[in-house]
Amino acid sequence: MGMTLTEKILAAHTGRDRVRPGDLVEARVDFCFANDITAPLAIREFEKIGVTTVFDRDRVGLVPDHYAPNKDIASAEQCKLMREFARAHRISHYYEVGRAGIAHVQLAEEGLVLPGEVFVGADSHTCNHGALGAFATGVGSSDLAAVMATGELWFRVPETLRFEFRGRPAPWVTGKDLVLRIIGDIGVDGARYCAMEFAGEALRHLTMDERFSITNMAVEAGGKNGIMEPDDTVLDWVRPRARRPFAPVHSDPDAEYTRVYEYDTARFEPVVSAPSSPGNVLPVREAAGVPVDQVFIGTCTNGRIEDLRVAARLLDGRTVHPRTRMLVIPATPAIYRQALAEGLIATFVGAGASVSTSTCGPCIGGHMGVLAAGEVCVSTSSRNFIGRMGHRESRVYLSGPAVAAASAVLGRLAHPDEVLGRTAAGVGA
Amino acid sequence: MIFRGTAWKLGDHIDTDLIIPARYLVTIDPAVLAPKCFEDLDPTLASRIQPGDILLAGENFGQGSSREHAPIAIKSLGVACIVAKSYARIFYRNAFNIGLPLFECADLHAASESGDRLSVDDDTGRIVNETRGTTHRALPLPEFMQRLVTAGGIIEYTRQKLAARGRRA
Repeated sequence: MGMTLTEKILAAHTGRDRVRPGDLVEARVDFCFANDITAPLAIREFEKIGVTTVFDRDRVGLVPDHYAPNKDIASAEQCKLMREFARAHRISHYYEVGRAGIAHVQLAEEGLVLPGEVFVGADSHTCNHGALGAFATGVGSSDLAAVMATGELWFRVPETLRFEFRGRPAPWVTGKDLVLRIIGDIGVDGARYCAMEFAGEALRHLTMDERFSITNMAVEAGGKNGIMEPDDTVLDWVRPRARRPFAPVHSDPDAEYTRVYEYDTARFEPVVSAPSSPGNVLPVREAAGVPVDQVFIGTCTNGRIEDLRVAARLLDGRTVHPRTRMLVIPATPAIYRQALAEGLIATFVGAGASVSTSTCGPCIGGHMGVLAAGEVCVSTSSRNFIGRMGHRESRVYLSGPAVAAASAVLGRLAHPDEVLGRTAAGVGA
Repeated sequence: MIFRGTAWKLGDHIDTDLIIPARYLVTIDPAVLAPKCFEDLDPTLASRIQPGDILLAGENFGQGSSREHAPIAIKSLGVACIVAKSYARIFYRNAFNIGLPLFECADLHAASESGDRLSVDDDTGRIVNETRGTTHRALPLPEFMQRLVTAGGIIEYTRQKLAARGRRA
């Protein structure tokens, strides 16, 4: 019996010929990172371990993305603590505001996560990087401290669930719609402790950006990691960026899966997760009409250039509805520059949207767009738990960028067809 | 060791935003985090939980973010341990790493209510609802988790591992 992609990567990082689901292994970690919320705790714990410095200063990332630019004195102190640690230990991949993006997007963009590698981050959406064919998973601050000290961490080898996508995604259906559909089907703990392997011919029709949206949300189904085979799309994206040599890994044809799910993406339609669970998924047509106070396009899930292109296509020549405010936050400075060059930023600002510097801010109800009691937000982020984006009585609908932009134009939850018509749908068509 | 305390019954899928909202994650001080614990679930809950009490949760407790502040806030309320049907995986690791004991038990939740007196035996996994006179069993800890607990969490485990290799500073 062969091994899955996840099992092969963990075996290779443990010096073993093979591993089995349920095995506990101490694996070598290729790269680790923390953000301004998780790093302060990680640094405190790291200092208890008693080593003089980190295992490899080129393989540790520290990214101020959650409360940066600092929203208050307390968050400024947290960022300062992280900055001083980065300087003291000469951390290569520390980013200052203006050059810092949302960590998951930026670290991949900079070629610091590579196919076949083990990547851990003190941030639950670290599973994002599985789209590159890496084993990537989120951990807490203490685990991260242990990795910073040793370059190793223990893992239970997960069972793998395989999700096979057939067909060509229907118009306006994006990667986000695929992953929301799965979470709706299997539930928020349907993949608890498991690897989620996404595969099938339909992936060939998805850009790298759309693929990241899928693996990014594996944690929302309880998954330990989301992962995809490093095909030509991945290799073409990674090769010009890679900072280290890498060796792509593929699942064996006779790998053993706990369960295989099959989907025909041609039959999909744009969906939303209604309040207040990512698993509360329904077609947007069934939710259409709900008045919307705020639309947010950004985050590690959907703040990439392709997301901005889709949104700009719907906003072009139109304006944000008078009762609605729209926030657009490119996930990294590089994406911001690209959006400027393509004229997307002009489209957003011209339509009456707010465009601001890279931060996780609104996604966690932190700053730059906190919701009041009773307000409704359509957000391209990954979580709509109670109180997630502000007041406990605010309500969040999760969607892809097309639904979010259409909702901004119409001031209510809307299918993109209502704005542009089906024939104009360039997405997935 | 036996934990004996009053139960607080919570539902399924309690997420880390409900445990400690992100708006408070501008500090790592447990004393500041504790009174904000469960604020969006029930703003009065943190003030009613007493040291030694036991949380009784349903499925997938701790889903969501990797914030270690979540188990830290619960522990700093004085909660002795949590018994749930199941846990989200990052919360599970974090709780063990900071020394908050977790137990998995399939049938205690349905058999108990808030206010019941529970006793949880760390060694045997025997759980008794003393109010209702029912006995339950927690799943045994995986062997590696037992090693981590014995070491005192991941930080102590790592110190010992490095010491054994002679890499300590």
